[in-house]
Amino acid sequence: MRVGEIVTAGFLALFSIYLMWKSTELPIGYISGTGPGGGAWPFWLSAIMLICCGTIAFNWWRGTSPPSQSDEPVLDSHGWRSLLFVGGGIIGFVALVSIISMYGAIAVFLFYYTWFLGRHGLFLSLSMALISPVALFFFFEGAMRITMPSGLPFTDPVFNVLYDIIY
Amino acid sequence: MEVLSLLGDGMLLSLQPLNLVMILLGVTVGLFIGAMPGLGSVNGVAILLPVTFLVPPGSAIIFLAAIYYGAMYGGAVSSITLGIPGASTAVATTFDGRPLARQGRASLALVTAAIASFVGGTVANVLFTLFAPILASVALSFGPPEVFALMLLAFATFVGLGGDDIPKTILSICLGLVLGAVGFDQISGAPRLVLFEYNGFLQGIGFLVLAIGVYGIGEMLWTIDQTRGEVTATTPKMTIKGMAADTKEMVQRGWKGTMIGSFLGFFVGILPAAGATPGSLMSYGVAKMVSRNPAEFGKGSVDGVAAPEAANNSASTGSMLPMLTLGIPGSPTTAILLGGMVIWGLVPGPRLFVDEQEFVWGLIGSFYISNVAALLINLAFIPVFIWMLRMPFTILAPVIFVLSIVGGYAATRDMFDIWLMVGFGLGAFFLRKFEYPLAPAVLAIVLGPIAEPTLRQSLLLSSGDPSIFFTRPVAGPITIAALILIFLPAFNFLRRMRKNSKKPA
Repeated sequence: MRVGEIVTAGFLALFSIYLMWKSTELPIGYISGTGPGGGAWPFWLSAIMLICCGTIAFNWWRGTSPPSQSDEPVLDSHGWRSLLFVGGGIIGFVALVSIISMYGAIAVFLFYYTWFLGRHGLFLSLSMALISPVALFFFFEGAMRITMPSGLPFTDPVFNVLYDIIY
Repeated sequence: MEVLSLLGDGMLLSLQPLNLVMILLGVTVGLFIGAMPGLGSVNGVAILLPVTFLVPPGSAIIFLAAIYYGAMYGGAVSSITLGIPGASTAVATTFDGRPLARQGRASLALVTAAIASFVGGTVANVLFTLFAPILASVALSFGPPEVFALMLLAFATFVGLGGDDIPKTILSICLGLVLGAVGFDQISGAPRLVLFEYNGFLQGIGFLVLAIGVYGIGEMLWTIDQTRGEVTATTPKMTIKGMAADTKEMVQRGWKGTMIGSFLGFFVGILPAAGATPGSLMSYGVAKMVSRNPAEFGKGSVDGVAAPEAANNSASTGSMLPMLTLGIPGSPTTAILLGGMVIWGLVPGPRLFVDEQEFVWGLIGSFYISNVAALLINLAFIPVFIWMLRMPFTILAPVIFVLSIVGGYAATRDMFDIWLMVGFGLGAFFLRKFEYPLAPAVLAIVLGPIAEPTLRQSLLLSSGDPSIFFTRPVAGPITIAALILIFLPAFNFLRRMRKNSKKPA
């Protein structure tokens, strides 16, 4: 945790500097007749962020914050595994949306989570993976008239069947 | 009398079929969300906000407020039966609720929680009805310096009263404000902070993207990381006769805690950054302090369950007061409600009481109806909630992830925002690991687009002289109070340093 605390503060300090630099694309001072420039607000807020990062680093050096006193790892093996499988699963889910459609991605994600991560039975996992996207399709496309991404053209035959039902 | 007439109209409005359905649905969903370990009102409101675009704005906000209400009731169910608080607002309920359940008196604890919540909610509703119109009429005279001073006070309370690491809290506030500034400069119309030259940032970062990222994805990752142990549920035996006896016992042994929680909770709830969690913890502490049997606390005191439960309900209504009358949210949940209202074209603040009277009083009326509905549904469906609590987390978690992503897309219709949401979720998980408070960032991204123009207008009015915030009769005291709160921790730190240096070696 101790190393993680200073690495996080360092990363946030770099981000603050980037935001300060980016803010200077617009005037950061007072312009007579129009008030503070458009960049002033984010510039000074980012500057305060940078000062805060310095204070966090100072507290880390003094060992006053709980994470700076902790020798525990940020994540143990179980934590990393959970993050990799769950966080990776979510990233995979979002990546699949533009390929196999939102509903296809939901089906794959739910099956992956319940069957592979949750170790539930095949029947329950398949039921959730098939029923949930269909129910969501009728809710969003049928009731709310909100069109979700439909993926690449190869998904069209499936959507044509479903759209025939609601229209 | 005018207030009573408006309240009567508001109640009739909230009893219209659609609004009543929204109340019943919202309370039930809120009870379920509040009862699930790791999920609270803020998660429910954030995840379900996009779904409300199906109904008119008035009904939508009634639905979300009902979720807020229900979640406050629901938090006690898992605190008592599982020993795990449904949300941080129900932490104090665990102290005595769980020991009561272990003694075989879970039914008494659940009935106490439900009735205390009802009394807390009712007291808060009455106080809200009395104070809201007065505060709104005073706030009508506010100009940009007063509004900015109030914003400053809202952020300052996070620093002075939040209890978290001060530099991390300030960083979180500033980060939220900067993220809220991404897109276009509101005054000149020039593109601003287009991060990494990616055009997706031109449309700005919506508060919903940050809120769902933090409270939907980030919170679930956090819960998955934290809940590893076996959880054993206590199943209470609930009968009508038994509940009647429990009610009698609750009235005899829990009235003092209920009253303390009801009043203290409301006033703590009004303070931005304070809200229901400190309100319930403070009420628990005060109830213990004034009790004739303080030793009973922590071992199964009825007052120990009643005080925090009355307080968290009372505080949730209290936090609505500054949100509706001044446009300043008193808690993360009300920050999301405020953001939702802005999306629906309703601008919270004193003008709301003049321009949208029907909406405001309909909402206030719905608080009373939601309170009654929450009590009845809570008591009637306790066995169902306990059955639901046994649902494996590996089924609940993917459903919440799916709802977060689908709900986020339904609201923004942009895959870029979904990627951003996932990024915020992962970022929030790591920041929380290092004890960065995230509620200030969500509050800041909502208030940033209001705070910046008022600051710039004020400085334009004074030709760049910041003394405008100190010399005006209303803005002055508010700004000074805000500065005291901001510098209070630094002053305490210096005093401690001086004390330590005076100690003989």
